[in-house]
Amino acid sequence: MNILVCISHVPDTTSKINFVENDTQFDTSGVQFVINPNDEFGLTRAIWFKEKQGAQVHVIHVGTAAAEPTLRKCLAIGADKAFRVDTPATDGIQVAKELAAFVSTNPYDLVIAGRESIDYNGAMVPGILAALLDIAFVPNCVGLEIDGNNAVAEREIDGGREKLKGNLPMVIGGQKGLVEEADLKIPNMRGIMQARQKPFEVLNPKGSEIPTKDVLFEKPAPKAEVKLVPADDIDQLIELLHKEANVI
Amino acid sequence: MSILLFIESENNKLKRNAAEIASYGVALADKLNKDCVAVSFNTDNAQKLGQFGISKVFNVTNTPQQFDAHVYANVLTHYVAKLGVTHIIVSSSADAKFLAPLVTANTNAAYVPNVVALPHGYQPLTVRRTAFTNKAFANTTLTAEVNIIGVGNNTFGSVEQAVDCVVENVTVKHTTSQLEQLSISKETGKATIADAEVVVSGGRGLKGPEHWHLIEELAEVLDAATACSKPVSDMGWRSHDEHVGQTGKPVSTNLYIAIGISGAIQHLAGVNASKVKVVINNDPEAPFFKAADYGIVGDAFEVVPVLTEKLKAFKAQS
Repeated sequence: MNILVCISHVPDTTSKINFVENDTQFDTSGVQFVINPNDEFGLTRAIWFKEKQGAQVHVIHVGTAAAEPTLRKCLAIGADKAFRVDTPATDGIQVAKELAAFVSTNPYDLVIAGRESIDYNGAMVPGILAALLDIAFVPNCVGLEIDGNNAVAEREIDGGREKLKGNLPMVIGGQKGLVEEADLKIPNMRGIMQARQKPFEVLNPKGSEIPTKDVLFEKPAPKAEVKLVPADDIDQLIELLHKEANVI
Repeated sequence: MSILLFIESENNKLKRNAAEIASYGVALADKLNKDCVAVSFNTDNAQKLGQFGISKVFNVTNTPQQFDAHVYANVLTHYVAKLGVTHIIVSSSADAKFLAPLVTANTNAAYVPNVVALPHGYQPLTVRRTAFTNKAFANTTLTAEVNIIGVGNNTFGSVEQAVDCVVENVTVKHTTSQLEQLSISKETGKATIADAEVVVSGGRGLKGPEHWHLIEELAEVLDAATACSKPVSDMGWRSHDEHVGQTGKPVSTNLYIAIGISGAIQHLAGVNASKVKVVINNDPEAPFFKAADYGIVGDAFEVVPVLTEKLKAFKAQS
């Protein structure tokens, strides 16, 4: 089984979010970048398939060379080969089209991406990719078993779960639940050394029109100070929620 | 030239978010001077969309009863070509976020989800959406022939303006399912985190699952969904389906009440889109107080039962 895991390279959750160039660009100075958490759950599941079912695991990223340390980390965790499509990524549709161009000439049995990236939160790349390839897609995936050509995937839905069965090839939008946080791997020294020898290919983009553009970023207005209500005056809280906030 | 709305149902009845999608679509159609056409699937009460200004609904009756993204996307794609659709409006539910990317690929569209208001520019179409997990907003242009807007839950609200509504039950030739549904597990009769206007959420401060009746009783009075912080689901006190935050479910409600939750940055990122946040915590230094609108520094075991009783009395009078 050949698995491709799509990796997004995102600011760590605790990063300060600031913008430069008249608020048209994200300010990357001093920001620690990591593997997108949703992708990391998917990568860890892929490596589980490698260890238990003999899968080959490749990772791919669409973006600039800034993401190379993140891809090396994926190799150190256990992926066999990394690809980077060399183009700045500014739109999920653009990214999905680049991935589709790659996968249509390099077929995989399973493509795993994250539910969404934690920077732009579009949640669109795996779905668009699946539709472009005309293969099945399971988003918000919290469980995945593969037996031969059959896949059983669980999807989190509003208020519950749905279990779905389909044939490979398939695209998965992974998230926590696919593996647990305790299963995530920290690269060890041997993994880091091996990663240096593993194949890493930089690909030319196919190029496509980019249909959306972020023209201006804004930060939310500073929050007004919390209104504290004494613990023995619940009536006041109800009054505020009713008359001032209008929510009850 | 039309604006197409994807209207969601559950058990053949409109979902609550249908009113918001209808209202948004009608408002956009007014601005652009276009028709607004709603498409629903296997829905008995689509007529009700007339209350929110929708005059035409195609209710598709020959698709699977359960939501099937691949099939539904195929049907919407058919309507995009048939009606000359320029804009598609969808919600931010799990199903809509499943469907919209498929329609995007099928129609070579531009797609922007998590949009918080009507467009503020039309040449080119420019929308405001959340980014960096609610830590910022991006103003984004969409420049394709078909532009898809995903409206953030509870951002636009619903606007009542009754018109005559014609519902046409139709069958549409469509593709077959790619996936077979083996089972679905869902609590029925309970508000869901995605759909509720109020969410009551509990954290480690509740000291154990045996105290969750405090959360449930308060939620019941407010017709709210129940949720929990990450440590609570990690310890197995509550199921992962209730975990809200960056790696859990996003919350975008009118009122979010956090009880015994300190407010880790990952938790705040996931709930920040909620309009009004109330925090009850015995630690005055809990970081959540900085992100909250109203707070009570106090013991949840004392405060919450009183709040529940008083809200009951308040609801009984109003």
